[in-house]
Formats: sequence, C-alpha cells, structure tokens
Amino acid sequence: MQKLERKELVDLLRQMLLMRRFEEKCAEMYAMGKIGGFLHLYIGQEAVAAGAISVLRPDDYVIASYREHGHALARGCDPRKIMAELFGRADGLCKGKGGSMHLFDKTHNFLGGHAIVAGQIPIGTGAAFASQYEGKDQVTLCFFGDAAVNQGVFHEALNLAALWHLPIVYICENNRYGMGTAVERATPVRELYRRAEAYGMPGETVDGMDVLAVRECVGSAVERARRERIPSLIEAKTYRFRGHSMADPGTYRTKEEIEREKQRDPLVLFRDYLTAEAMIKESDWKVLEKEIRVTVEEAVRYADASAEPPVEWLCTDVYVSER
Amino acid sequence: MAIITYREALNQALREEMRRDPRVFLMGEEVGLYQGAYKVSQGLLEEFGPKRVIDTPISEAGFTGVGIGAAMVGLRPIVEMMTFNFALVAIDQIVNQAAKILYMSGGQYNVPMVIRGPGGPAHQLAAQHSQSMESYFYHVPGLKIVRPGTPKDAKGLLKSAIRDDDPVIFIESELLYGTKGEVPDGDYTIPLGVGDIKREGRDVTIVAYSTMLLLALQAAEELEKEGISVEVVDPRTLRPLDTELILESVKKTNRAVVMESGAGFGGIGTVIGEIISEQAFDYLDAPVERVTGANAPTPYAKNLERAKIPSKERLIAAVKKVLAV
Ligand SMILES: Cc1ncc(C[n+]2csc(CCOP(=O)(O)OP(=O)(O)O)c2C)c(N)n1
Ligand SMILES: [Mg+2]
Repeated sequence: MQKLERKELVDLLRQMLLMRRFEEKCAEMYAMGKIGGFLHLYIGQEAVAAGAISVLRPDDYVIASYREHGHALARGCDPRKIMAELFGRADGLCKGKGGSMHLFDKTHNFLGGHAIVAGQIPIGTGAAFASQYEGKDQVTLCFFGDAAVNQGVFHEALNLAALWHLPIVYICENNRYGMGTAVERATPVRELYRRAEAYGMPGETVDGMDVLAVRECVGSAVERARRERIPSLIEAKTYRFRGHSMADPGTYRTKEEIEREKQRDPLVLFRDYLTAEAMIKESDWKVLEKEIRVTVEEAVRYADASAEPPVEWLCTDVYVSER
Repeated sequence: MAIITYREALNQALREEMRRDPRVFLMGEEVGLYQGAYKVSQGLLEEFGPKRVIDTPISEAGFTGVGIGAAMVGLRPIVEMMTFNFALVAIDQIVNQAAKILYMSGGQYNVPMVIRGPGGPAHQLAAQHSQSMESYFYHVPGLKIVRPGTPKDAKGLLKSAIRDDDPVIFIESELLYGTKGEVPDGDYTIPLGVGDIKREGRDVTIVAYSTMLLLALQAAEELEKEGISVEVVDPRTLRPLDTELILESVKKTNRAVVMESGAGFGGIGTVIGEIISEQAFDYLDAPVERVTGANAPTPYAKNLERAKIPSKERLIAAVKKVLAV
C-alpha cells in the first residue's frame, strides 16, 4: 500500500472520531426515547470499518450486519440522514422504514445492514458474483461478527466465492462475543481466519484496533480480489466497549476485562500515533473535536426537524409494480 | 392460585417438566449463562447444569436439526428460538424434516420436540424482527402451532407441548412476557386443540389470540359500556384449531370478527372466516370481518408501525360494522 499523506491520515482520524461521537450521541438519544427498537453501538471497533472501507473505490460494494452505523459513516453516508433514520423520520436514509439495523444507501453502494446473523454473507457474495458476471472490477467488502461464522450460510457462501473466484473480501470483526457468548464457547477453532483453509482461500488475521494495519491488510486483499479474483477471509481482532445492544446484562464479562481492552482504544491509539509522528498537534485535535461536534449536533437537529413518514407510505415499497 | 408473569409461568413449566422427565432438555442461543435473551430460562442452568441447558452457537439450522435427531431416538428436546424470526434460518429442518419424518417413515419415527420463543411485533423492531410467524407454520401438515395469550395458558400449554409426541411450534410474545395473571397451583396441563372463551357475550364473537387477545378484551370492556355484549374466543392453538368452539359461539351471536397481528393476506382470519362461512353460513347476520396487520413488512418508524399493527380502535370499528351500528 502506498504511504498516506497527512491529509489522508487526518481524514481517517476524523472518520473514527465521527463514528465515536455519533454513537455516543445515539446512546443519549436512545435514553431520551428518540431512538427505539434495538440499538447496537460500534464503539471500540471503529478502526475496522474506517481502515477497511478507506481502501475502496466509490463503485465498490459494502454490506454489513445490524451493527453498521460505523460502516455507513465510513462509506460517506450522510450522518443527518442516518440520524433521521434512527429517529424513524421521513428524511431518513430509508424513509424511516428500516431503522438502526437496516441502513441502506444506494448512492454509496451500501447494501445494507442486516439483522439475521450471517444473512448478509450470501447476499454480499451475490453482489460480487454480479461484478464478476458483468466483467466489472468492483470488489465487495462483506462485514460480519465472530458469531456469524457458525451459521451454515457462512460456509456455503465462502465455498461458492472460492469456487467461482468472486471478488469479495470477508471481514470478520471478532469482538470476542456474540451477545454473551464468548468465541471459545461457540467454536473449538478460535482462530477464525483459519476457516479460510477449508475453502482454499487466503485467511489472515489483523489487529482490529490499529487502523493502519487494517488498511494495509484489507488493502492487499482488495487488490487480490480486484486483479486476480481471489476472495479472502480477514479476521480483525477487536472489542466492543459497550453492551451488545442497549439492553445487555453484562454478566458474561468482567469490568476488569473491559478496562483492560480500553487500554487499546483504537481512537486514542491512532491519535497518539499521529501526535508522536508530529502529524497533528493538540490544537488540531481540538479543532477536529469541534468540527465533529457540530456535525453530530447538526444531524440531531436535522432528524428532529424531519417529519414522521406519512401513513400513506405504510404499504408503499412493498412491490415495485405498486409504487 | 398465584399471580405471576407470563415469563415466570413459562419458566415454571420448563422447570417442572425438566424435573419430571430427564429426557427433556433445553437448547438454544443464550439460554444458559446469559439466562435467556428474554429471561424465560432464568435459573435453569443453575438447577440442571450445562448438560441439560445447552448454549449453542448461532446455528439455528444446525441445532434445530440436532434436536430433531435427538427426538427421533428418544429424547424430548426443547429448542429455543431467540425470536421466531430466526426460525426461518431453520425452516428447512422444521418443514422438510421435523414435520414429515413420522409420515415418511410410515409411522416408525416420531419427533417429540418443542420449538419455542417469542414472535409477533414488539416495539419498533423493524421488518426482520417483528413477524407473526405462525402463518408460516400452520400451513404445514405435521406441525402443531400454539399461541398462548395468558400466563395460565402459557404454562399449561407448554407442559402439554413438551409431553406431546409431535413437533410443536410454540410462539410466545415479547410484549406478553411481563404481563401478569392467575395461575393454578401444582401440576396442570391444558390440552392442545382446545380453545377458551375468555369473555362471554351475546351480540358478536371476536376471535383473537396472543397480544391481540388483550386488545380484544379491552375492546369488549369498552363496548360493554355502549351496551354491546362481546364474546371473546381464544383459540390458543391454531393447529389443531378448535373449530367447534368458534362455530358454537358464532351460532349464538350470529356475527364474527377475527383479529390477528400479522399481514392479512393468507392470514389465519381467512381460514377461520372460511370455516365459519362453510359451516355456519345460515347463522350469520353479517359477513365475517377481519382485522389484520397491513400487507407490508413492519416499518421501523413509530407512527408507521402503529398503522401496520391492528389497534383496538380498528377492532371496535369492525365490531360496529358487523352490528351495523
Ligand atoms: C439468525 C439469528 N439468530 C439470532 C439472532 C440474535 N442475535 C442478534 S446479534 C447476535 C450476536 C451476534 O454476534 P456477532 O456475530 O459476534 O456480532 P456482534 O454483535 O458481536 O457485532 C444474536 C445472537 C439474530 N439476529 N439472527
Ligand atoms: Mg461479536
């Protein structure tokens, strides 16, 4: 991978900071009752989406699970429209019909958030199939959690992708838990990337708390997919600092463990790295913080100002022919 | 009689049946260490240990299949779907295997298993988490479908389901877990296929179950004040369906409204409506009315979700329509 210029490095930092502050605001809005349903925050995992998606072209595809606010932001989706969606408003990305777990944005080739664990894996594989079929050199990034690898469709999809040489990179965000179930309580082979061996595709693991490492690793995999049509499985080792969703009893891990993991906060690590490399100064960070605060406040204002979707929309978008 | 929640009632049924029969075990996502995604299995791991309260990876098709195999060779598995929406991942196992093995084996192998968990809409859970899944299953010969609406029914029916020799789809509700009601003391069961008159009345019959039952009872209360006497029939199980009870009620009131939370097209209301018109046509003073969810996926937005799910107001309007008042 090419070495990044200062501007690009700062962009990555900005993106991670946006994800962090956006999610913190979401938690606040949820507590106020403005966001309903299930809300899964991305706090702690920012380096994965930011680093991985940063290597894509606009015409590439991204697909993710229900924990997808960060991926949508990294893809460049409008934070205002995301927040409006979370509020269930007409100006939301999906007109208020999708909510937190189902953000889709066609203008950014963002193929959605999917809430059936692993449900998106074959779908992303289908997007890569289409690129292949049409002779395009697009690549699909398909994100899912550590628990998704135990679904049957994970196996079926990776087998097909390898068999058909599809341009896709599977990114398993191993945050060590699927809800309250630790990886070692769900599968005897804890190095999840090794599953790639079964399909004869490259499998790699990367420090998911290090945005540049993620970028490097995913960057090579994307190039492999684009130029040689070799799919890959990447396991990004990360951790979620918050509960699984807003309703999480927290009985399955210790406070000490969480505190220990927070020592490797990806946002802090990257900020400190850029500071040490003399890429940013304390004052730059302050400016960034302020800028992001404005963006997030603006998103909330936009969402608040947006109307509820009209009831006439209830049965629209069910069939194309009846639109 | 004790007053307990629907959740506690289910928990008691599980506990009592596991104590009664060592072949009974519970398997599913987060049923053990996490104490159940909706706390239905609270405390069971502590009492029965990990051999009988089994945490699984997220592999619905896989562990449902494991349950089927275990049932075929003599165990009595209870498989928990964290929510019934996820049963779609396992639908091949449920429909193509569990429901048909007895038939295909010429009666040699039966599948005494319960697949249970919450279903139906809750609060803003959006399209993939709000489905009233019973309609996917009641079409399938070989499956029994239970939809309890009260703590008493939940406990008695779950015990029957566990003792039943066929695969039983047992759909609870996120919205009902916290509701309370009287539950008889000691061991009791409620047979599958027997409905219940939840409120007696003269002028019109409402057929409703699960969360819609609660709305029907509220509506009946309100209509009472306007001098309209409503009979509320709770079928409790959709397959086998207690058609006799429904017909008896309709023959008395001469009017019927069927309510369900799922999309109307192909809903249970079409089935019940057809049974009534076939077998009690001469008794009807008005066409059967249906109050159903809209024919759209469940939207996230609060106001749209409200419009999607049938309301008490719509039910009251339907009652007035069949009464022409
Ligand atoms: C098929 C299916 N089963 C169960 C669930 C409930 N559920 C939602 S998220 C989740 C855990 C998934 O964990 P993981 O894949 O590691 O992703 P993470 O939440 O850690 O990002 C579970 C069990 C679901 N949504 N879909
Ligand atoms: Mg996880």
